[in-house]
Amino acid sequence: MSFLSYLINGISLGSIYAIIALGYTMVYGIAKMLNFAHGDVIMVGAYVCFFAVTRFSLPPVVGVLLAMVVCTLLGMLIERLAYKPLRSAPSLAVLITAIGMSYFLQNSAQLLWTSNPKVFSSVVGNGALKLFDGQLSISYVTIVTIIICFAIIALLLFIVQNTKMGKAMRACSEDKGAAMLMGINVNTTISFTFAIGSALAAIAGVLLCSAYPTLMPTTGSLPGIKAFTAAVFGGIGSIPGAFLGGILLGVIEIFAKAYISTQLSDAIVFAVLILVLVIKPTGLLGHEIHEKV
Amino acid sequence: MTKTNMVPVPSLGIIPERDVNRMPILDIHHLGIDFGGLHAVEDFNLVIGRTEIAGLIGPNGAGKTTVFNLLTNVYTPSRGVILLDGVDIRGKKTWQLNEMGIARTFQNIRLFNKLTVEDNVKVGLHNICRYSTLEGVLRLPRYWKMEKEAHEKAMELLSIFDMQHMANYVAGSLPYGAQRRLEIVRALATNPKLLLLDEPAAGMNPSETAELMQNIRKIRDDFQIAIMLIEHDMNLVMGICEGIAVLNYGKIIAKGTPDQIKADPVVIEAYLGRQGEESLHAEG
Repeated sequence: MSFLSYLINGISLGSIYAIIALGYTMVYGIAKMLNFAHGDVIMVGAYVCFFAVTRFSLPPVVGVLLAMVVCTLLGMLIERLAYKPLRSAPSLAVLITAIGMSYFLQNSAQLLWTSNPKVFSSVVGNGALKLFDGQLSISYVTIVTIIICFAIIALLLFIVQNTKMGKAMRACSEDKGAAMLMGINVNTTISFTFAIGSALAAIAGVLLCSAYPTLMPTTGSLPGIKAFTAAVFGGIGSIPGAFLGGILLGVIEIFAKAYISTQLSDAIVFAVLILVLVIKPTGLLGHEIHEKV
Repeated sequence: MTKTNMVPVPSLGIIPERDVNRMPILDIHHLGIDFGGLHAVEDFNLVIGRTEIAGLIGPNGAGKTTVFNLLTNVYTPSRGVILLDGVDIRGKKTWQLNEMGIARTFQNIRLFNKLTVEDNVKVGLHNICRYSTLEGVLRLPRYWKMEKEAHEKAMELLSIFDMQHMANYVAGSLPYGAQRRLEIVRALATNPKLLLLDEPAAGMNPSETAELMQNIRKIRDDFQIAIMLIEHDMNLVMGICEGIAVLNYGKIIAKGTPDQIKADPVVIEAYLGRQGEESLHAEG
């Protein structure tokens, strides 16, 4: 029974990774850059929700929506101010800017909200679902996280496959020049991608802090790195890849914690990543990129 | 084919007689661009009638594709004025120019290879298909209506080249000739007034080229648009172009009807070298 419980917890943690990984993978797919500030947008989202609920006593749902709005605007602002001027710069310059942006957000949060941990009260409620005469207990947060993750994946796949914005995104991902000449505003498309990714980051932040209730300015950084790992694991640029990578990473992490060693769990997670990349360098669902010589 | 009667217009160009009383689709004055110290295109003047099939020819490296890139503002001109349908296009973004009526294909095919044939065409329909992403997500009636229209429109456009049955194929898997045709369809989907074709017959065999010629003419007749093409295949150029401009080292060295161009000693020299020279250094 504990196996089942670990599995469900793993899927739940993995769902959070998957939601974050989607932000990485979509931005990478379209803007061809690694947005390392993504993890810190998560933290901002969690803070916004925290203050909305505790300070202004708003209902949790309103807090989550507010966090999404703030993060969407923040994501678009970051893209506009920090990344857009570097659109044609070497990718290393963009990468370093992204890391800088990450530190900027963390330190701003420290100034604004101090580095004292805040206790985040779950937006879902603290109850648990008891199954098999109470032998298996699954918290509501776990269930809600998994459901939300699946809903988000379905929604994103629909947008990308079936709407004109999705087609514009896929077109930009392949060839920005040609897309532009077909009348597509590439800047709007990239901005839209950042908006979606950041709104998802807000959701992830709230879910993460609902499950692990300590909120600090550095809260987003490790999950951010792990989600990035998940995106690479699944094949960066691929939406189903981010989903699969996230879930697998979460499950591996929880199993490693439960059966091997709590201290070594992160090491094991990253070891698996290295193993996968050695065997399949493009990630589980990634496509090989053929460069013409 | 019946010969088009070409008439001179005040700006020293020639356009088909039928287009004379209408605003020319393209009116270019003193266009130029420098790359470093090199005048890649210099003092380029051209008028194209509303339903004209115009040709831009010249040896390799003459600056033909550069002209296309200037017309679509992929490069910003260093000098000169481009009037598209009477409107100065200076400062417009590439995607805005597409909305204003310029569409193009590429010398080396640039389809969205991972998208299906139909989706490639639908990318072209992007600005015509009007609904917000929110309406798409909520699948409101307008989404269904617009997507249905887009599907029908895409199929109709694909039928020009008899490609409806390929709609669900991935574009990258199509044979070469079909990819070239799909590029034209995708460009047409953006509802252009002026279609720029960059070497549409490159890599085609003579029978494919002959079919392409018919199709280019058919597109002009059906859509009543102007078509400007860069091409090295002289049978195609002389067969369908009504007005031809010859470019060499970034400058127009001759303008005229196919018959005039064929007989022009300056053009012959540019292509074949000076008369009396032993070797013919023909290019392209």
